[in-house]
Amino acid sequence: MTVQKIKELLEAQVLCGESLLGREVHTACGSDMMSDVLAFVKEQAVLLTGLVNPQVIRTAEMMDMQCIVFVRGKQPDEDMKALAAERGMVLLSTDYEMFTSCGMLYANGLRGRSGA
Amino acid sequence: MESVKLHYDVSGDDFTRAGEASGNVKHVLKELGFDPEVVRNVSIAMYEGEINMVIHAGGGEIDVEISPDCVSMVLTDHGPGIKDVELAMKAGYSTAPDRVRSLGFGAGMGLPNIKKYTDEMAIETEVDVGTTMRLKVYTADKPSA
Repeated sequence: MTVQKIKELLEAQVLCGESLLGREVHTACGSDMMSDVLAFVKEQAVLLTGLVNPQVIRTAEMMDMQCIVFVRGKQPDEDMKALAAERGMVLLSTDYEMFTSCGMLYANGLRGRSGA
Repeated sequence: MESVKLHYDVSGDDFTRAGEASGNVKHVLKELGFDPEVVRNVSIAMYEGEINMVIHAGGGEIDVEISPDCVSMVLTDHGPGIKDVELAMKAGYSTAPDRVRSLGFGAGMGLPNIKKYTDEMAIETEVDVGTTMRLKVYTADKPSA
């Protein structure tokens, strides 16, 4: 699935990384707890979260993630956008809730860890 | 390649900047052409350590030495120390306050995670004096003792 497709499915707003929407991604995870992302996530390219602070971008950076989707209409500030842009990440924001967002992406072929 | 030595002062009062040092080390390792898995293991372990310093210890210092076969990190703080290291190593055990949890950390996964992503981990700690953590990630097979 391309990041563009994620944007369309979630009717998301692109906050940063417009030129990178053609990227292919296959896996995702959803969490508001960055500790858990660092502990349990492996090779996932997309992070869905309702948490908004710079450590979300840092966590995604350490995990080599390509795209962050802020759910429930959350909006990162300009500093976070700049941090993400420097690191070549796409930031999206959707009004859908976490459960719904994950469900829609899963139903369209995006998977979690080890394909499950 | 000669070894590369890096030093970072980690500020204890600015949570938004926690991770800058780890991000920088990640960048340097990538530039030097290290295997992506090594780069990630070092970055995650150091980031967890850096976050711990900011959350628990009011900041500290990190020294990193990068050589072709090993990345060594020494994280030193003058914080409250760890009362029970064995307990702190247990997944899910945390002394982090709610304010830290609301920032997405404090799930009690920091130290177990550091252990998971490193080949060697040693903690020297004294209550009310501080903590020094020595970490090593080998770039190829771990040398036999």
